[in-house]
Amino acid sequence: MKMSFKTKSPIETEKIGFKLGNLLKRGSIVLISGELGVGKTVLTKGIAKGMGIDDYVTSPTFMIVNEHLGDIPLYHFDVYRIDDYTELYDIGYEEYFYGDGVCVIEWPEKIKPLIPEENIFIRIDIGDSYDERIIEIESHGEKYDEVIKEMK
Amino acid sequence: MNKDTVVLGIETSCDETSASVVKNGKAVLSNVIYSQINIHKKFGGVVPEIASRNHIEVIGNVVKEALDEASITLDDIDVVAVTYGPGLVGALLVGLSYGKALAYGKGIPFVGVNHIEGHISANYLDGDFEPPFICLIASGGHSHIVFVKDYGEYEVLGRTVDDAAGEAFDKVARALGLGYPGGPKIDEISKNGDPYKYNFPKSFMEKDNFDFSFSGLKTAVINQLHKERQNGNEVNIADYAASFQMNVVDVLSSKLIEAARYKNINKISIAGGVASNSLLRERLLKLADEEGFMIHFPKQVYCTDNGAMIASAGYFDYIRGKVSGLDLNAIPYLKLF
Repeated sequence: MKMSFKTKSPIETEKIGFKLGNLLKRGSIVLISGELGVGKTVLTKGIAKGMGIDDYVTSPTFMIVNEHLGDIPLYHFDVYRIDDYTELYDIGYEEYFYGDGVCVIEWPEKIKPLIPEENIFIRIDIGDSYDERIIEIESHGEKYDEVIKEMK
Repeated sequence: MNKDTVVLGIETSCDETSASVVKNGKAVLSNVIYSQINIHKKFGGVVPEIASRNHIEVIGNVVKEALDEASITLDDIDVVAVTYGPGLVGALLVGLSYGKALAYGKGIPFVGVNHIEGHISANYLDGDFEPPFICLIASGGHSHIVFVKDYGEYEVLGRTVDDAAGEAFDKVARALGLGYPGGPKIDEISKNGDPYKYNFPKSFMEKDNFDFSFSGLKTAVINQLHKERQNGNEVNIADYAASFQMNVVDVLSSKLIEAARYKNINKISIAGGVASNSLLRERLLKLADEEGFMIHFPKQVYCTDNGAMIASAGYFDYIRGKVSGLDLNAIPYLKLF
C-alpha cells in the first residue's frame, strides 16, 4: 500500500510522524529516505512523540544509533556516515532490527542487504516550493498494510 | 604529606587514539594524539568499523609514547582514566579494555570518564582556571551549555535539540563541496566571504531556555544553494560559508552569555572542536569584555579529543573517591547526568 502527504512546514511534517508513531507496534521497521536537510530527523521526532516518548530526539549521525526509552523503545539509526553495510555488524544491528522496539533508519539505501524484507518505506522530497515536502509512505508486508490504512 | 597523583588518560571514543600523562589534574607531562582523520577524509566522516580497527593497531604504541615522553614508566602511574562514553561503541571498547587491563595488571585504581566531562576538564590543563563557570561544549557529536558548579558537579542548562554544532559544520561543508572535517574548512574559506550576504534564519528558541537548533539552518543553506544553482546563478561558496558560520557563532555566543547572566556567574569558557573556530573566539572575547566576564579558552590541542582532558577529569573524580569497577561497560549514548 502507498500513501502520499504534502506538508508545508517542519511542524506539519512532525505531525505526520506523530500519526505514524501512534500506530507502530513492537518490532516495527521504518525506513526514511531523502536528501540532507529534507526533514528525516523532524519526521522521527514526530514518531517518537506519537510513541509517547518524551526525550530529546537529536541527530544520531555521530553515534549511528540513539536509543530512546519508552513503553516501546525507539532505536533511531542514521547510517549516513557508513560506507559499507558490513560496518554495521560492529554495533550489533541484529539485536535492534529483530528486537522488541521500533527501529527508524535514516539513509537505508546505504545498508540495503541488511534491511528486513517487511518494512515501512518513507521517501521525503522537496515539493513545488522549498518549504513544501512530499512524503510518500509505502508498506511492505501485511502487518504494515494495516498501519498505513489507519493513517487515513 | 601530600603526594603527587599521576594519572594516565586514554581516549578512543571517535577519530583520535590518544594517551596522556597528567600530574594532579593540571600539569600535562605528555599528550600523544594519533588521528585517523586522513583515513576518514575520503569517506566524508568517521567510519565506525575503520575507527575501531585502527585504534587497536595503534593504542599500544600511543600509550608507550605517552609514558616515554613523560619520562616515566607504568610503575609511576597512580590511576588509569579512560573514556567510557559517549562515542562509537567499537572504538570506545578498545581504549576501555586496554585501560582496564593496565589497571588490573598493575593493581591500581581505574576511573571511567564521561567524554563530555573530559571536554569540560580541558579547561583545567596547564593553568589555574577553576569552577564555578559556565562552559559551552561544541563538537562533532555534542553541543551543551553546562554550569560547572565544582569539579565533577554539573548542571546542564541547554543543549542542541537536533544537530550538534560540529555536525552542522560537517554537513554544510559537504553540501558546499568543501570536504571533511568541515569546521576548519569553513573557518578558512569564510575569511574571503561576506557574512552578511545571506540572512539565514536563526533559531534562538524561547528566552531563558538555552537549547539551540541547527537543523533548520542546515536546510536553509542547502535550499538557498539549490535555488541559486537552479536559477543558473554563479554561486560564491565563501559567502555561503561565511553567512552560515556567522549564524552559528551568533547563536552559540549569545546563548553562552545569556546563560552566564542567568546564573549570575562571571566566568565562561568553551571546549570541544568547535571552540577552535576563530570567529567564535573573536566574538566571545568581545562579548566577555563588554560584560566584564572572565573568559578562558583551553589550548587548541586540548579542544580536539585528547587523553589529557580525560586524565584531568579522572583525577578530580579519583580525589573525590569516585573509582570505577572493572566491570564498567562502554555506553555509546552516555548522557551528562
